Amino acid sequence: MAKSNKPIIWGTFAAGGEIVSLVMPVIILLTLLAATGHVPTVFSYETMHAFAAGWFGKLVLFVILFLSLWSQAHRLRITCFDFGLRADTLVAIVMYVLAAAGSIATVVFLARI
Amino acid sequence: MTENRMGARQVELEVLRYNPETDQEPKFQRYSVPCINEWCVLDALNYLKDNLDPTLAYRWSCHMQVCGSCGMMINGEPKLACKAMLRDYPGTIRIEPLAHFPIERDLVSVADDFIAKLKRVKPYIISDGKHTIEQGEYKQTPAQLKRYRQFAMCINCMLCYAACPEYGLQPKFIGPAAISLAHRYNLDSRDVGRDERQEEIATNEGVWECTFVGACSDVCPKHVDPAAALQQVKVASTVDWYLEHFMSWVKK
Repeated sequence: MAKSNKPIIWGTFAAGGEIVSLVMPVIILLTLLAATGHVPTVFSYETMHAFAAGWFGKLVLFVILFLSLWSQAHRLRITCFDFGLRADTLVAIVMYVLAAAGSIATVVFLARI
Repeated sequence: MTENRMGARQVELEVLRYNPETDQEPKFQRYSVPCINEWCVLDALNYLKDNLDPTLAYRWSCHMQVCGSCGMMINGEPKLACKAMLRDYPGTIRIEPLAHFPIERDLVSVADDFIAKLKRVKPYIISDGKHTIEQGEYKQTPAQLKRYRQFAMCINCMLCYAACPEYGLQPKFIGPAAISLAHRYNLDSRDVGRDERQEEIATNEGVWECTFVGACSDVCPKHVDPAAALQQVKVASTVDWYLEHFMSWVKK
């Protein structure tokens, strides 16, 4: 029997799962702090903008967002299946198209900084 | 439930009965069995068969959680009948054969599917032939033993298959125990058979059918943690995939 190509999907799912569970809570906390006006100086708008403007910062942000999008697309696909929505191919296409659109949008927005 | 001072108790059992030669479909039969509170469900079944109804069919052998024969659904949960203690079941106890398997008769499941899958994953040491019998035993360090010991505890009781919703949905799934045992031999320092096993388990109906529900590890009576084994196989298979497709010159 042929070996599966699922590692392509699962690789982003596993790596993205790690990112989401480790990095996302920090980003949410920082966003909340920013929203309430308590921004630590290292995370001021100017510093963050400078970080996102450099190629290294762009790369870091892209990897985080790309992996998060693909892992959550896969997570939602599996969740749909577990809840009885068994049109797996259709669900997979919708989810992965959303993740792809999000990835492209990430590239576009990062390029414009 | 009645209980007297001797710690004895009249236990109500609802046992699934099915004789494929005479019955149209399985149905429950009720028994009232005089039991001692310290008995396990298997003791109650043995009393039942010896004294009340000799026609009841079920498998058992060791009565000490080693042979893996007496797996059955007890109040809807996959359990070894020798490990399920009556004192943990206050009311009527419902006993059925393992879920997801065809019924041979009464509480006896047809294990052919699992046995065939077990054979496919080659759960034995495939040696490179360099170590001869004349050289004596093949020594391992405690660290080498520790790598696979947990996964070697499997007794093939099939409780994990009865618990796995994926196996229920997709019977082609090679399943928790067989993949865990493949992993156990892959981790063995004396073994060189990983490539052969990957042909079976790194497939869509192999480890990639698993969605990490984790029910297998919940019900495993030997704490093998098949879910962990399958996740480790996924990580290793993903590394393999990238090496095979982008760095085929690197030896795995």
